[in-house]
Amino acid sequence: MQGKQLPKWNEIPPGGAILEPGNSVKRPTGDWRTFRPIIDKEKCVRCLLCWVYCPDAAIKIIDEPYRTASGKEWKFSVEVDYTFCKGCGICVEECPVKAIEFVEEVK
Amino acid sequence: MSQSATSRPVYRSPFDLPREEYLAPGHSLCAGCVAGMIVRHLLKVAGPNTIVVTATGCVEVSTTLYPYTSWRIPWIHVAFENAASVASGIEAAIKVLQRKGVIDPNKRINVIALAGDGGTYDIGFQALSGLLERGHKVLYVLYDNEAYMNTGIQRSGGTPLFAWTTTTPVGKVWKGKWQQKKPIAEIVAAHRIPYVATANPAYFIDMVNKFRKGLEVDGPAFIHVIQPCPTGWRFDPRYSIKVAKLATETAMWINWEIENGEFRVTVPVPKRKHVKHYLRMQGRFRHLTDKEIEEIQRFIDREVEYINKRLGKEVIGPLVE
Repeated sequence: MQGKQLPKWNEIPPGGAILEPGNSVKRPTGDWRTFRPIIDKEKCVRCLLCWVYCPDAAIKIIDEPYRTASGKEWKFSVEVDYTFCKGCGICVEECPVKAIEFVEEVK
Repeated sequence: MSQSATSRPVYRSPFDLPREEYLAPGHSLCAGCVAGMIVRHLLKVAGPNTIVVTATGCVEVSTTLYPYTSWRIPWIHVAFENAASVASGIEAAIKVLQRKGVIDPNKRINVIALAGDGGTYDIGFQALSGLLERGHKVLYVLYDNEAYMNTGIQRSGGTPLFAWTTTTPVGKVWKGKWQQKKPIAEIVAAHRIPYVATANPAYFIDMVNKFRKGLEVDGPAFIHVIQPCPTGWRFDPRYSIKVAKLATETAMWINWEIENGEFRVTVPVPKRKHVKHYLRMQGRFRHLTDKEIEEIQRFIDREVEYINKRLGKEVIGPLVE
């Protein structure tokens, strides 16, 4: 809602209902982050544990084939959605092969 | 009404879970709050034909910051104490509308009540008891972060013994909370409802299958989920799942279910750890002396003995480490 005016009292739906489901996607929480998780696609074993444990649904499953340097074929990959990742580090801690690096955000 | 219900699959691995997200990202739960993960999986299991009622609590205030909402399904909040009553009313209304043919009688609409420990243990208890007694077909999910975290860590009926909160401070006389945690799931089980379970998000396969069973049963279902809270329990957000796992490994939290009167422990712990591993990870227990830790350990030993005796076999093993 940055820059935009909030609706006036007579424009609000009765009961203050929000008619657009899931519109919190307009409110990125990625700027909360002080540490950034980076997934190493070479090391990743695609167990999906980071996707399961992420409280913010900030891990995306990308349905694109990926070939590692050692010649292993994967049908999909996981990526961090930095628009919403709050940088809690649960994925870093829970990754069974330690394929997620946690680096400080520097601007 | 049960045709679509029986077709619900058993979840065996993360690959069986639906990819759709019904809780949109962008909610303002604290970083590392496991409630987000619990609600995500609850809605994944429930699917789009779901109405969620939440009591006031962390999930309610942080997912619906006006004019935004994180819910991609119908959602309602009325007051702190009446999540169960509102859910009963919605369920009764759906039944009437289906009888009158306004909505398709074969369509299965899940009604889920979601409340924290304050909204269940203390404030919403009589509404919950009424729902269970009337037998509405509602799944009641309690995410238990063991204090009123939303308003700033005040003690609730769910706060464990010796835990620090802002209303049970630590000083010369007070050593955190004086009382034990209320065994809410056993109180609910005493209502003789078809399904009662306790679940742990660290054992997510077990948790989602409990959500599935809770939505399938014909009658009220109650699921008590532990939810580690980095802000109120005072630990680094990255250890949220680790703390949850330790709760089960030390038998502070036992994952059991009662399905139609049959009691089962769904996550057996062959070798149990000392509770100090769990307590020492959290800042709210940092004031504990070894004597107080031993007191908690003795209490847990009694609980484990009670569970094993109830089952007639040893599912929670002896203390090692």
